[in-house]
Amino acid sequence: MPPISRGFRGRRHADVDPARIPPGQYLTTDFPVLSAGPTPRTPLDRWTFSIDGEIDEVRRWTWDELLALPQETVTVDIHCVTKWSKLDTEWTGVSLDTLLDGVETEAEHVVAWCDGGYTTNLPLEDVMGGRAWIAHTYGGEPLEPEHGGPARLLVPHLYFWKSAKWVRGITLTIEDRPGFWEGYGYHNYGDPWREQRYWSD
Amino acid sequence: MAGAAVLERLTSRAPITWRVATVLEVVDETPTARTLVLDVPGWPGHRAGQHVDVRLTAEDGYQAQRSYSIASAPETPELAITVQVVPDGEVSPYLVEEVRPGDQLELRGPIGGFFTWRVEDGGPLLLVGGGSGLAPLMAMLRHRAARGSTVDTRLLASARTIRDALYRDELETLGPRDGLRVAWTLTRETPPGWDGFTGRVDAEKLAAVAPPPAAAPRCFVCGPTPFVEAVADLLVRAGHDPRAIHAERFGPTGS
Repeated sequence: MPPISRGFRGRRHADVDPARIPPGQYLTTDFPVLSAGPTPRTPLDRWTFSIDGEIDEVRRWTWDELLALPQETVTVDIHCVTKWSKLDTEWTGVSLDTLLDGVETEAEHVVAWCDGGYTTNLPLEDVMGGRAWIAHTYGGEPLEPEHGGPARLLVPHLYFWKSAKWVRGITLTIEDRPGFWEGYGYHNYGDPWREQRYWSD
Repeated sequence: MAGAAVLERLTSRAPITWRVATVLEVVDETPTARTLVLDVPGWPGHRAGQHVDVRLTAEDGYQAQRSYSIASAPETPELAITVQVVPDGEVSPYLVEEVRPGDQLELRGPIGGFFTWRVEDGGPLLLVGGGSGLAPLMAMLRHRAARGSTVDTRLLASARTIRDALYRDELETLGPRDGLRVAWTLTRETPPGWDGFTGRVDAEKLAAVAPPPAAAPRCFVCGPTPFVEAVADLLVRAGHDPRAIHAERFGPTGS
């Protein structure tokens, strides 16, 4: 039994379905920012998105080419490992299913890589099946640089550090390669519903 | 780094499990911030700059978790966290206004490994803190002091008023003075005779305090998001290597 915190009552949100808030999370209506370094800024005319690694030929899109692909708008809940959850966030972008369409690969993992040097690893199957996007629009507006613009990975079913900001590509890999935070002790998979915050969770 | 090497490094660490901490002492730092000195049996140790998760449990079993930077040096047996009240927050008002010595809470860590500094990492060191963002930087300065290091270290600390300035007395006496320079800027109000900086951190203040980019300082910036965004941008524009800039942001809802 954990010790009772004398006099602590906490604050419950009567207007929110508790089933939408993973364990240990609290609801926020702001959009906090978390990054390990300065915010990188890449001009759109030099921006590309690539899929490389275990693939016969590297696939690469310019900004205009990405915007010419079929776009999806999704409304999802997001959960940050620093404990905040934000509900009903609206994003527009390109599904990874679209970008990976027709790819034949032996890879079972991906590493997302970004301007500024950030990386994060995910199972390939977690970025397929309508569960991951390259998002460039948030709430109908171009994604702000501090929130990962011009484009970030969006994988809302995992803790939000997996939704890499300033994403520039994914590398398909055979073996699992821990990314930036995963190398610093955060969980390799990061399922908020199983509260997989740190490596030993 | 190869995946196998990372996994090996991870599995050699102590699991990050909940421990019961007992409050030994509370120190009022400012009218809205308090340091909790904690006894944490079994604490595995930490590096300056890391943080902990704190979990509170209400009588009906409801729990709330938040993260707080460790303010104490690794060399100190007790663990200290400094908590700033977030207006209308859920957890911080409890920790600052309710908790008293003898109370228990749950805690786990240490967490984070990027925003850390050890004497062995060397310098020069540039620390820029806004508000309670000073806490993890204070852990670095206390670590430097505990080890008797004279590594070239510059601190630029920003507070609204002199009453909001954390750790000010300790910073004035913290040794070794060799190589340590502490500068304050007050953004809202200055006392009579104030001879420090006034106003927000800008390029001029940074240039006056920071080692030149050619000296390749390790930069640690911690504070509210707009503060960190602005300072990190200024450092990049001044020619500091983005990879040497370590940032720790806490958002408006840190509570």
